Amino acid sequence: MTTEVGSETEVKEKAEESAAQPDQSEKATEETQEVASAEGDEKEKEKEKEKEGKGISRYLPTWLKKQKSQSQTSPTKEVPPTEEASNTVEQEEEGPAPEVNGHAEEVEEKEAVKSEQVKEQEIESHSNASADTEPAKEEKADESAEKSPEETKETTEGEVAEEEKKEQEGEVQGEGEEGQTSIFQSPLRLVRKTKMKLVVCHVSLLDGTDFTCEVEKRAKGQYLFFKVCEHLNLLEKDYFGLTYKDSHEQKCWLDPTKEIKRQIRSNNWQFSFNVKFYPPDPSLLTEDITRYLLCLQLREDVASGRLPCSFVTHALLGSYTLQAEFGDYEPDQPRPLDNIGQLIFAPNQNKEMEEKIFELHKSHRGMTPAQADAQFLENAKKLSMYGVDLHHAKDSEGVDIMLGVCANGLLVYKDRLRINRFAWPKILKISYKRNNFYIKIRPGETEQFESTVGFKLQNHRSAKKLWKVCVENHSFFRLNAPEPPTKARFLTLGSKFRYSGRTQAQTRVASSLIDRPAPNFERTSSKRISRSLDGAPMISITEAGRDTAENGRELHLELHSDSKSPLRVHGDNIYVRHSNLMLEDHDKTQDEVLKHQASISQLKRSFMEAPPPSPPQLNQWEKRLTSSPATAIRIQQQQVSLEEEIASVLLSRHSCTGFYSAADALCSTPELTLDAALTTRSTTTALSATEVNMPDVEAAAADSSISDTKEPAKTAEVEIEETVVVEEVSKATKPGFVTVTTSSPAVPTTDQETREQEVKVEEKVVVTQEAKAVKQESVSSESESEEEAEYHPNVPVSISHTQILEEKEEEEEEQVDKQEDKTTEQDTPEVSSTPAEITQPAEETSRAVEESEAVNKNAEEKEGEKEAEESTDDPITTTNEAPNGFSPTEEAVSGLATHAEVEDEPKMNGQASLVEAEPRPQVICCSEPPVVKTEMVTISDTFAAQKTEIATKEVPIVHTETKTITYEAAQLDGNGDGEPGVLMTAQTITSESLCTTTTTHITKTLKGGLSETRIEKRIVITGDCDIDHDQALAQAIKEAKEQHPDMSVTRVVVHKETELAEEED
Amino acid sequence: MAGLMAGFGHYTHAIVRGIPASLAGEALRSSQSEVDIAGARREHDAYVEVLRTRLQLEVVELPADESLPDCVFVEDAAVVCGDTALVTRPGAESRRREKEAMSGALKDLNLNIVEMTDENATLDGGDVLFTGREFFVGLSKRTNQRGAEILADAFKDYAVSTVPVQQGLHLKSFCSMGGPGLIVIGSSEPAQKALKIMQQMSDHRYDKLTVPDDLAANCIYMNLPDKGHVLLHCTAEEFPESTKVFEKLKDYTLIPVSNMEKVKVDGALTCCSLLINKKGNN
Repeated sequence: MTTEVGSETEVKEKAEESAAQPDQSEKATEETQEVASAEGDEKEKEKEKEKEGKGISRYLPTWLKKQKSQSQTSPTKEVPPTEEASNTVEQEEEGPAPEVNGHAEEVEEKEAVKSEQVKEQEIESHSNASADTEPAKEEKADESAEKSPEETKETTEGEVAEEEKKEQEGEVQGEGEEGQTSIFQSPLRLVRKTKMKLVVCHVSLLDGTDFTCEVEKRAKGQYLFFKVCEHLNLLEKDYFGLTYKDSHEQKCWLDPTKEIKRQIRSNNWQFSFNVKFYPPDPSLLTEDITRYLLCLQLREDVASGRLPCSFVTHALLGSYTLQAEFGDYEPDQPRPLDNIGQLIFAPNQNKEMEEKIFELHKSHRGMTPAQADAQFLENAKKLSMYGVDLHHAKDSEGVDIMLGVCANGLLVYKDRLRINRFAWPKILKISYKRNNFYIKIRPGETEQFESTVGFKLQNHRSAKKLWKVCVENHSFFRLNAPEPPTKARFLTLGSKFRYSGRTQAQTRVASSLIDRPAPNFERTSSKRISRSLDGAPMISITEAGRDTAENGRELHLELHSDSKSPLRVHGDNIYVRHSNLMLEDHDKTQDEVLKHQASISQLKRSFMEAPPPSPPQLNQWEKRLTSSPATAIRIQQQQVSLEEEIASVLLSRHSCTGFYSAADALCSTPELTLDAALTTRSTTTALSATEVNMPDVEAAAADSSISDTKEPAKTAEVEIEETVVVEEVSKATKPGFVTVTTSSPAVPTTDQETREQEVKVEEKVVVTQEAKAVKQESVSSESESEEEAEYHPNVPVSISHTQILEEKEEEEEEQVDKQEDKTTEQDTPEVSSTPAEITQPAEETSRAVEESEAVNKNAEEKEGEKEAEESTDDPITTTNEAPNGFSPTEEAVSGLATHAEVEDEPKMNGQASLVEAEPRPQVICCSEPPVVKTEMVTISDTFAAQKTEIATKEVPIVHTETKTITYEAAQLDGNGDGEPGVLMTAQTITSESLCTTTTTHITKTLKGGLSETRIEKRIVITGDCDIDHDQALAQAIKEAKEQHPDMSVTRVVVHKETELAEEED
Repeated sequence: MAGLMAGFGHYTHAIVRGIPASLAGEALRSSQSEVDIAGARREHDAYVEVLRTRLQLEVVELPADESLPDCVFVEDAAVVCGDTALVTRPGAESRRREKEAMSGALKDLNLNIVEMTDENATLDGGDVLFTGREFFVGLSKRTNQRGAEILADAFKDYAVSTVPVQQGLHLKSFCSMGGPGLIVIGSSEPAQKALKIMQQMSDHRYDKLTVPDDLAANCIYMNLPDKGHVLLHCTAEEFPESTKVFEKLKDYTLIPVSNMEKVKVDGALTCCSLLINKKGNN
């Protein structure tokens, strides 16, 4: 991965540069030069850039940043800050060198890119799109270009080569990247190379001390953050972050991926180090030092009143603090008493409380500082406001409320009362527009449609801030892996902001790999209070360690990081990411779009920054412009040893078993024919437009679009090659790459939306042998706008649509456009993305058998019919892929697919109707056991009969053992007419070894005046360890009964699948 | 020392109060009914006896006050959690003076007393459901938002969520805790709806035990050192179906307690005592 990234960035730079031209006439000359230089001399290029950067830096934010990234990868880590300055120049030039493979390739890639660019340029000239948008397009083009060469190489080189690359890169990137390998797909750009200007940053630490360090003026937030963590000797850093005060004195989180300077917007380089994500269970933290820092933060929270607690709790927490800082209570040693006055434990601390604190302190005798901290945390974590980040707001009626963002969701408070709560699973979408903040709520059991709840924030800034916090908290606590960083390819309205760090799940894995001896650290007491020798027995101990730490710190850390990176990779891959994020624009008219363009230019920078090499979503617009959108799908597969579908209660049609089907897009989409250009996108669009609203769905669509594009073709003008890169990363540090290349003759077509294109996609999938791949597909591009943004926090499982296709048609055009904008975040309405469908061979496993339908619900009956027809088509697609090896995708993929099950809903009368359920690209991982190559194509439809096609051909067959057990109660009747039901909930819970996905599908039938509701739950448990089926089944039934006491369980189907197979290929 | 949320259901003391003769005629009630005062007293004596003898709680018995016909329902007069006691301002005007005796008793137990002095606040203890992890406060005829806020302020460690009470007198008229993480809930629609709200508002998961009769859902759970799970619940005479549900609970000491008379004036089982845990509190 990394290699690719590195190369990409370079390419991008060029592309960007060229793209930038139109915008800035001033640069034209330079740019041309650059282009020329681009082919060969990187150095020259860089120099030029440097020049440019200095002179016109503000105009060229994007590529400057890119440069940074390049140069920084190596330099930042290894060179101490002070040296950096002097070294920077050299480093810049050298920068590429370290990444042997990646850079070597660059040249070639660039050439390729060039050609692409030329095309693009032509296209661009035709387009009326604003200058701003261009860079984005180019990026895409670049990507595609880049990827193909790489892929070929990779494939040839084989796994080994790749692995090597990765390793190398990992090493090269060293510490800096440590935290983020998986997250940031592009190398970190911590420091700007060219600039030698250093700025002094002051960071107030949790113990009250200040840390001062110099960073380059253009350093990213991450650089400083890592510096601080290094200083603190902190490895579990993902829970922390840096804050700064904006011009309005509001505390803001420093975005690690962006330049510090651009965020603080002032010369006040003052930061503070804080806990950003409060771990719900601090006992799961690996290191005491991490707990200690969390304690420090909490002490401050408590003392300041941010974390309210009762008198007794104040006293209790205070007593643990004393124990941790001063050790056992010493009756004859008055010291703590004397000093306690200096220690603030509570906002309203008084003598009585202090007495109580001492009293409790006595009872802690013998407790070590670490134990005292642990006890402190055990009590603090239970406080109702623990980890709740409050934001002032007003409800729809103008009443003052507080919105609290926490690990579990969003809480609404009026005064101190909780008046509502929206758990993350209930929230379909989070967005803001101006000073409004919206959340779209999943419909309740009895409701058909989702509702949107709006809150008014004080101003736009605070709305955006709240939105960001929500996005980050959701990602951190609820996802297994961060959203694939979207590539910044388009400029669009809407913030492209996403959480870029490791998620809690990832960080836990990572920290479980920490194998250093517990670091010694100094507690505050020794710093704050000078004690006489006799007074502080405890402290002396801690201090002893300190020296060593100080001496060895830097080295120590570095070693660590190096050694760690491989590990980290491993860890990261273990998770499955299951949720989708989609960006949507609010309905914007073109006018609005235009208005935003001004701001867009600003945003551009950020786009360019976007590190992730995730595959962009293609849309027509893009194609038109770029003519070669590349899509890359990375699949990391993992090994799932066991996949089980445990039970479907009631009617179980089973759609898939898998992980997060959603995650990967295994979608087989039939051809979509939309009259409107929108066609493909339709998937996405259609869904969103229709308000199907399952974010998942949209996401899915996105994914699908990635892989192939099928568009009904009327005018195909240009052929586009899409490359899908499936990357496999094996946990073990040795990743195998699976490359899937899709070449689709795409139709770039004209601007008109009405066109239909047909894209034929040929996908070639080259799979390297390692079977575990994690697939990441990043479809959507994001742009950042100040005005608004959306985020779909859900875990995509299956999609249900309530809508009728017909409606879609009509609306589609409009909506589609809008949607696209939203999804792609493009400003231009014209974009019609190619919704590609990915047909993935899913696991062909037996599961497929069941008709799954969970997904399909959306589809109306009619759709069902069509689907049948389409299904035929699907197979084809699959086939294509299959031959190449998609099949190997393993269960992980398939698992993903399962849910997603792609059900595309065919379009009825040639209209596009698509429903897709795939979630966006996601990284999935699991530990892979024996590799199973399963493909599951599950077409789940209510009308199963109609759809029968499963493309299993060419797909390696998975050897699995499958067992299906059906328990039926007296059945009501076979209402299985496939009334489309409503997908009520889709929930996925993942632990390290098990993944449980619950899909609830509710069908209401009206029979002769009696309405009958049937609820179908499909629970998929996947894991690599043994699962106690009976228990799981019992649990599932129990829960079902509890949740619907008034209903009876009529049928239980247990479908169990165990992999027997081994790797093949 | 008092760890947060330690020992849910663990009680050492109970405050009860006698039944004034005025209860028969003057106690508030939602439906017309004749109360057999002697029968009510017999029931109450039996109830207190269970607490004192069978469960070995230290019972503080306050004398009845004829001018306070509802004074037997001590639960409404105060909310105790940990070593903090919030003396409420009952929603019914006629009950405001019940707090006097209550405050005294609570002080005697060395609890930190918080008085609800806000003139705009009303809160009946019957609307307060403490689950061990958080509070739910029913917004009813007797309890308003302000009262709930004050409660939230008194017990800062815990989340306090409000739940509209659409039917019945109090929140606990159709629900109560049946164990750690177990909510006993009536099966009426308003009760189920309230439960849904509670579930939605909570970060914690609760199991539920649904009983056919709303009134039967009011029971008293304790976790006593030598007795384990104890549940005081309705008798089979009153609610046969609901009683059957309780009887399915395993590992519980089930104690049916008759409440035929007091229920006529909207008195449920929990209403008649205020349970306090002094052990573990310094």
